[in-house]
Amino acid sequence: MRIAVIDENAARAAIIEQGLSEAGETEVFVISERHGLARAIEALDPDVVLIDLGNPSRDMLEEYFAVSRAVARPVAMFVDQSDDESIGNAIEAGVSAYIVDGMTSARIKPILNLAVRRFKAFSRLQNELQQARSELADRDIIEKAKKLLMKKRGLAEPDAHAMLRKYAMNSNKRLADVADAILMAENMLGGE
Amino acid sequence: MTDRLTIGFLPLVDAALPILAQELGFAEEQGLTLEFIRDVSWASVLDRLLYGHSDFAHMLAPLAIAATLGRGRPAKALSVPFVLGLNGNAVTMSLDLADKVAGRDGLGLPYEVGAKLKQEALLRKAAGRKLRFGVVHRYSSHNYKLRYWLAECGIHPDSDIDIVTIAPPFAADALASDEVDAICVGEPWNSVAVERGVGRITLVTAQIWRRGVEKVLAIPTEKLAEKKEQTERLIRALHRAGRDFINPDHWDRNAAILARSEYLDGSGVLIRRAISDHIMLRSGAEPLHIPDFMFQYREAANFPWVSQAAWLYSQMLRWDGLSYDAQQQKQAEAVFRPDIYRKALADMDAPMPSANAKVEGGVQGPLAVGASQGALTLGSDPFFDGRAFDPDQMESYLRNLPKN
Repeated sequence: MRIAVIDENAARAAIIEQGLSEAGETEVFVISERHGLARAIEALDPDVVLIDLGNPSRDMLEEYFAVSRAVARPVAMFVDQSDDESIGNAIEAGVSAYIVDGMTSARIKPILNLAVRRFKAFSRLQNELQQARSELADRDIIEKAKKLLMKKRGLAEPDAHAMLRKYAMNSNKRLADVADAILMAENMLGGE
Repeated sequence: MTDRLTIGFLPLVDAALPILAQELGFAEEQGLTLEFIRDVSWASVLDRLLYGHSDFAHMLAPLAIAATLGRGRPAKALSVPFVLGLNGNAVTMSLDLADKVAGRDGLGLPYEVGAKLKQEALLRKAAGRKLRFGVVHRYSSHNYKLRYWLAECGIHPDSDIDIVTIAPPFAADALASDEVDAICVGEPWNSVAVERGVGRITLVTAQIWRRGVEKVLAIPTEKLAEKKEQTERLIRALHRAGRDFINPDHWDRNAAILARSEYLDGSGVLIRRAISDHIMLRSGAEPLHIPDFMFQYREAANFPWVSQAAWLYSQMLRWDGLSYDAQQQKQAEAVFRPDIYRKALADMDAPMPSANAKVEGGVQGPLAVGASQGALTLGSDPFFDGRAFDPDQMESYLRNLPKN
């Protein structure tokens, strides 16, 4: 079975590709370029096309599938309506699929499920990365605000930290938000 | 305690009413909190709507009908209880093509531009390099109005030129890279192309049909049954937002809200031009006042006339090469739900027509029409060729359209 994965996010495409290749009896091709997408698909002549929901080329692709005689008319996975739940699942995960007419759902389903799992795994990774990044950024902001307090108020580091913490608790805000407000005020009031 | 409703949208100026309803407190007045999911393709907006990720969607009117009739995918019935606006799109041509077919200043006249465009289209066809036009979707009013204009000017949209689908954010890129010679798209994307110096606005869709239905509020019909009461509250909030949208004192503020990163993530200056009907046609020109460029509130613009749904269905038949089916016409018309609109806005300061359908393109000059609530005067709503569309005479209407 020939599977085309259309994804402008190369990292995610790689994760999907790897997962699908392990399924066996599949050839997986990744297209991450928007330009010449239709020609690339025509050349590949895939049985299944997977595309992420956030891809702006989806409407173009559906139009191409609807009018093109060059490819064997892949149709949206929704054509087999027997399983709204698994379609809902795929959308939840952020992937949509187009499948050439005649493929049985017994052959398609494992592939789709695999793709869905991979998409979910990727967004989990991405969330974790984002969280790690924002924690780093938070720490950085807190450090800066602490230094400012130390300098302006002549405080030792533990006292500056305690002061921030107290403000945060009293105002029911995150430490990083209080630190951010301090830095912003300093900026606006013309600190150096 | 407010009810939460999720609304899917594409970053276009005509997504304004739900956004403003939330941001200006009209939703809250109705006990609603609106949450938004932004997408970059109509396919994804539709998927999320059909599979329960969103409760409502900002949607192309023809796409709501196509989804209901099962064009391109299995049929799932959608309902449209409120029209989010009329028109607001334009035809933007590459500088090269615009120089050939349109005057230097101002908007072109549909027949004049069309006549010159025909010559150019035939030349390019003979040279084996057909003109390419980009539209935002196969089932869009952009596509239907563009084709309506071309066909009347003697240009066959399927054989004399190519029409391709292009996502609105890429429209300017596609013009810049010569991928297409012209685009028909909504704001702010025409203006983005003009600002970048890669295109000129030569026509607006309001010139093709002065009162053409554009985006609608869509909800799966199944879900409408469960959420009827919330839907009515949403319609009231949208109605209030519409009144605010046309208030010149609020244009700066409203443009700034729409421009925010979570909504259109675009230029407040360009958005303000669109909502105030002031459009810069070519780079460096003074923005030109184009009355009724976007038509979001007056003359019961948000009323879902079933005759407008019928017109869209007639064009779907015309360009998908299908034959007329009276049963399907009823189905297409039933997508638009004036009954819900009426119930929601009863006892509000909303003029309410007494009919659900009219002869589209049949109003000449301000015309007072029968109203079951308030007073309603409709302005001229012509198609540029002077034809009128009577939904009860669809077959003869279709027979008399240009065949090319």
